[in-house]
Amino acid sequence: MTGPSMTTPDTQIFHDSPIDSAYRARWWAGRVAVYGLLILWAVICLFPVYWTLTTSFKMAPDVMKGHMVPWVDYSPAWLGWRSLGLSPDTLGDESTVRAEFLKRFSNSAVVSLASSVLAVVLGSLAAYGLSRFSYKFAWMRNADISFFFLSQLILPPVVLALPMLVLYKELALLDTRIGLILLYTLSVLPIVIWIMRDQFSSIPTELEEAALVDGLSIWGAFLTIILPIALPGMVAAFILSLVLTWNEYFFAALLTSTHANTLPVMVASQTGSQGISWWSMAALSWAAILPLIVIGVVLERYIIKGMAAGAVK
Amino acid sequence: MILIAAGQLAQVLGWYAFGFENWRPTLYAYVLWAICLCWGQVLQHGEHGKRTLFVLPAALFVISLTVFPLLFGLIIAFSDWNLSSPTGRQFNDLDNVWQMWADPFYWNAMLNMVWYVLAILVEYAIAFGLALALNAEIRARKFFRVAFLLPLMLSPVAVSWMIGKSMLEPRFGPIARLGRLLGWDDPSFFGNPWIAKAAIMVMDAWTFIPFMMIMILAGLQAIPKELNEAAKVDGANGWRAFWEVTFPMMLPVSITAILIRIIFKLKLADIVINVTSGGPGGATDTVTSFIFREYRDRSNVGYGTLLAMVYLVVIVIVMTVLMKLADRFARPRT
Repeated sequence: MTGPSMTTPDTQIFHDSPIDSAYRARWWAGRVAVYGLLILWAVICLFPVYWTLTTSFKMAPDVMKGHMVPWVDYSPAWLGWRSLGLSPDTLGDESTVRAEFLKRFSNSAVVSLASSVLAVVLGSLAAYGLSRFSYKFAWMRNADISFFFLSQLILPPVVLALPMLVLYKELALLDTRIGLILLYTLSVLPIVIWIMRDQFSSIPTELEEAALVDGLSIWGAFLTIILPIALPGMVAAFILSLVLTWNEYFFAALLTSTHANTLPVMVASQTGSQGISWWSMAALSWAAILPLIVIGVVLERYIIKGMAAGAVK
Repeated sequence: MILIAAGQLAQVLGWYAFGFENWRPTLYAYVLWAICLCWGQVLQHGEHGKRTLFVLPAALFVISLTVFPLLFGLIIAFSDWNLSSPTGRQFNDLDNVWQMWADPFYWNAMLNMVWYVLAILVEYAIAFGLALALNAEIRARKFFRVAFLLPLMLSPVAVSWMIGKSMLEPRFGPIARLGRLLGWDDPSFFGNPWIAKAAIMVMDAWTFIPFMMIMILAGLQAIPKELNEAAKVDGANGWRAFWEVTFPMMLPVSITAILIRIIFKLKLADIVINVTSGGPGGATDTVTSFIFREYRDRSNVGYGTLLAMVYLVVIVIVMTVLMKLADRFARPRT
């Protein structure tokens, strides 16, 4: 607003030529398309989670009328969470369902944490060895050994499941957490090796050579020099293993019955029996996925790093 | 080393004499033997043995948990073994094979796997589109990444309730409501074989598209920016630049992503077991879920193992062929 001449349209120097506006229109169309796609997919991804959370606060009529938005078209109640024994008014009382839930929850936590730790330890060692030294075991060389480990990924769990069932019965490992931990470690080990091999091969060998010259042993160099550098990769592998083992259902359903069964087994067994009491199923499902949502939001960077490893060579 | 092996053998013989109640001691013996083997390596080979120590534990672990069960599985695959029957295990030659040959449901499940695997191409197209959108210059990238990643994190069992059992419920589910709104009178998703199959595909795709998307995104970010700019300067528009520059550059990553996705797809079971248990009429059955029910409903260990073994052979053949093809196809065209 410095002078009248600036405000009158006649004095405008730069006019949009038709080419410019066509370009701008295309640019806007592109933006709208990209954001439209992103928002649409975000809704597709988030809606089931939202739906489950809101359903856990619904009462029967709300479910049947298809109410969607809490406080707007229905008033939320603690129905679903009360049936789990996790609503504020029942939190102090005894609750068998809650005890059951917590037992399954802790089973899941113990099994997935232990097997992830085990897999990361074994996998990192193997990956480091394979990326640094050359081995000869009978006719197998490094590439063959790597392939041996990674080929476990192809092995469908169902092939191992029934022999394992019988074997575990003989070993008295059926329905124990140790049995599950061993199998879960096996199932995530190839993925850990895959990620860690990628990680180790990105670390220059000069680092260990310098350490060896300084008088450290191979293991000393590995533990004090290499491991701290490879830590992000290990975290990524660990988180990915954690998610996979937490979600595993197939082995857990086959190999556990009363003592060691994990959260997915509990969720699955409730699915059939509860009929239409959606609120309690929704609460249970949501409680089962909550840790994963937290991990996903907080540690998203590591998960992406883990999955992207090996994609680009 | 030999001493330990001999000791172990004596122990094995001893078990029959003393009659332990189970085979758990074998496991302890194996662990002990493994530790001794590792230690022996260091003592025998010194520095070289210490190097072996990196790989040996993982190798022993994997061998014990896959090779033994596989060998064991080969034995029980050719026997009639129903865990609930008192007769126990009996060899029955090739009876299981003939039974499999005549089992329409098994072959039906195999055929379903072909359809499920073909659905990966659609998943791939969607994942590629999403990766391109995420790679564009956008705001709130972090939010979209987290949101897109979420389905992958959720457990398939929870997903099968959240989507399969509640959202797709024909009376009250929101998607059924939407279907009715759009003029579909009877939105039942698990009555018609093809719709049921499609519904399972959609749920599985929902879970795994993030995985492919992230791999493709990593590939996209590895493409040097100059390449696209050069293409722009040469006068290629967006569409042509994509097909002539981006897509060929992405070929190796795409093939890796698709291959890994196929591996995961071949294991598909959780959703099927929990949503449809194979129905209607086996239309959604996967091989894994079929064998699972074969065991759970009939505790038929012998037959189930044979089916699984055959499945493994088929998978190995298919994957080998696919990898060979991929190798030839992915070789960069110069």
